[in-house]
Amino acid sequence: MSVTNKLLATLVIVALLAGVNYIFEYGFGDFLINPYYARIVNLIGINITLAVSLNLINGLAGQFSIGHAGFMAVGGYAATYLTVYYGNRIASFVGSTLDAGFGASVVMVLSLLTGAVTAAAAGLAVGIPSLRLKGDYLAIVTLGFGEIIRVLILNIPAVGGATGFTDAIPITNFFWIFAMAILTIAIVRNIAVSTFGHALTAIRGDEIAAEAMGINTTRYKVLAFVISAALAGIAGGLSGQLFANPLNPQNLNFVKSIEVIVMIVLGGIGSITGAIIGATTLTILPEALRTFDQQFPGLRMVIYALLLVLFMIFRPQGLLGRREFSLSWLRPRNRQTAGAGGV
Amino acid sequence: MIETSSSSVSWLLDVRNLTKRFGGLTAVKALGIQIAPGTLYGLIGPNGAGKTTVFNLLTGQYSPTEGEIHFDGARIDGRKPYEIAKRGVARTFQNIRLFADMTVVENVLAAHHLRTRQILADAVLGTGRHHAEEQETLERAMKLLKIFDLDRVADKPATSLPYGSQRRLEIARALATGPRLLLLDEPAAGMNPQEAQDLMRLIAWLRDEFRITILLVEHNMKVVMGICETIQVIDYGEAIALGSPREIQQNPKVIEAYLGGG
Repeated sequence: MSVTNKLLATLVIVALLAGVNYIFEYGFGDFLINPYYARIVNLIGINITLAVSLNLINGLAGQFSIGHAGFMAVGGYAATYLTVYYGNRIASFVGSTLDAGFGASVVMVLSLLTGAVTAAAAGLAVGIPSLRLKGDYLAIVTLGFGEIIRVLILNIPAVGGATGFTDAIPITNFFWIFAMAILTIAIVRNIAVSTFGHALTAIRGDEIAAEAMGINTTRYKVLAFVISAALAGIAGGLSGQLFANPLNPQNLNFVKSIEVIVMIVLGGIGSITGAIIGATTLTILPEALRTFDQQFPGLRMVIYALLLVLFMIFRPQGLLGRREFSLSWLRPRNRQTAGAGGV
Repeated sequence: MIETSSSSVSWLLDVRNLTKRFGGLTAVKALGIQIAPGTLYGLIGPNGAGKTTVFNLLTGQYSPTEGEIHFDGARIDGRKPYEIAKRGVARTFQNIRLFADMTVVENVLAAHHLRTRQILADAVLGTGRHHAEEQETLERAMKLLKIFDLDRVADKPATSLPYGSQRRLEIARALATGPRLLLLDEPAAGMNPQEAQDLMRLIAWLRDEFRITILLVEHNMKVVMGICETIQVIDYGEAIALGSPREIQQNPKVIEAYLGGG
């Protein structure tokens, strides 16, 4: 794709997202979107960002992190904090208010940036000592990290402590959620198909051989981990500032991390499209099962768990395995053979 | 003892007094290796003589207990494996270590990574430099695979290949890092005599084609006799003989190490 094509594609995507966003907020003539459905769609977008970003470290690089909720919390709280305490000032600095589209957008971008940077810094601090080692240390360290963050937040009154960050200003909307989901997919996909992606998969395949082939395994694992954490921080910033969805330390424990892991395992670990499908399915499924709750309260989660168990028994490699869902089979032969044609 | 006081700086690889102890076991003892550029050097010895330990010391997997390793005039002992690889030392493994879940060509592409000039931002943004380099890398990888007759299986999973092909793929992968010194750890292991002969001819050809130096570890003496200019024999971690293939064949110490003292 040339630069002009890329710009054009970006413009089309932005226009589409803005259009759908308008319909979500103001409806289409007399037709209004059910806010319950709109909310589920928004949560799907946030979960796609979470799952695809976790796939970078857990899927591509083959490391096992169970701290994604921790990075989501760090980034989410930092982003929300910026909006709550400095949002009005930033908005008036650019000659607008938080209620106006322009002011809210500027604050949204800055707050997501803050979330990404703080989560990345936390990722660096956790990653450098634990990724030097081979094996399962990362799982233990990230598990501990997530709990430390949770307990820390519980004890900071400025961000709401145990009641959650209820002062959050709901500036997140469909547009930002899906713009960030698309950005995350683009970043992870571009890394996956590049020589850096090959280096990461090589580390997953055989760490000793990767090192002997000149791949600085620690550096690449930390790099992937930090990018993954930054994107989780963005997801946290979006989540915490969504209408009536305040961040709460109780929901950001290791169960949340496991939930994201289940998404990528269900979709097929290592596959980006698999992560998208996994995130979508696991967001809709518990909601779709709510009908059972009317007659048998609590049965919903039993069926949910049962479905997951059955799924893992009959399709342990996930929906897509390591493959990507693509339409390339419509085109003649694949990229690699075509590329080598000139040799 | 091999003379290690040589002051010559023309050695590509100069190992002096190399010793490695694992607890009470001395796996390598005061070993010296001097390899001139362009040589095909054979390091042989019976099973358990310490050959693979020497390899792991040279490539940074282990750091030596004592001694020095100089590569192209710079000390490399104690350096990390990826740093040594970056300086131009590539290796294969005795027990094949291909990248699992990757195709044949991806295995080679991953090794090309070392010579990449782009930065991560290029890949994320998909810049022109990124695309040009990925294309160039792919072409080089396919060229390498063609040499090893693996181009037709380029898109197959690497671990699905027959044993002999996996060994050749390991050599192709090592060459992809652009080495000046190639270390081959029993490349003919598990091959029949005909395959082994073909491989040795290929190795000699690679040395001339890529203008590299090759250090070959082998326990099968017959295999290396034909192609190596210099052969060093070790037993119980110590050097017992050094010379041309003919000299080695007639050395009584070597015969004793291989056939037993009787």
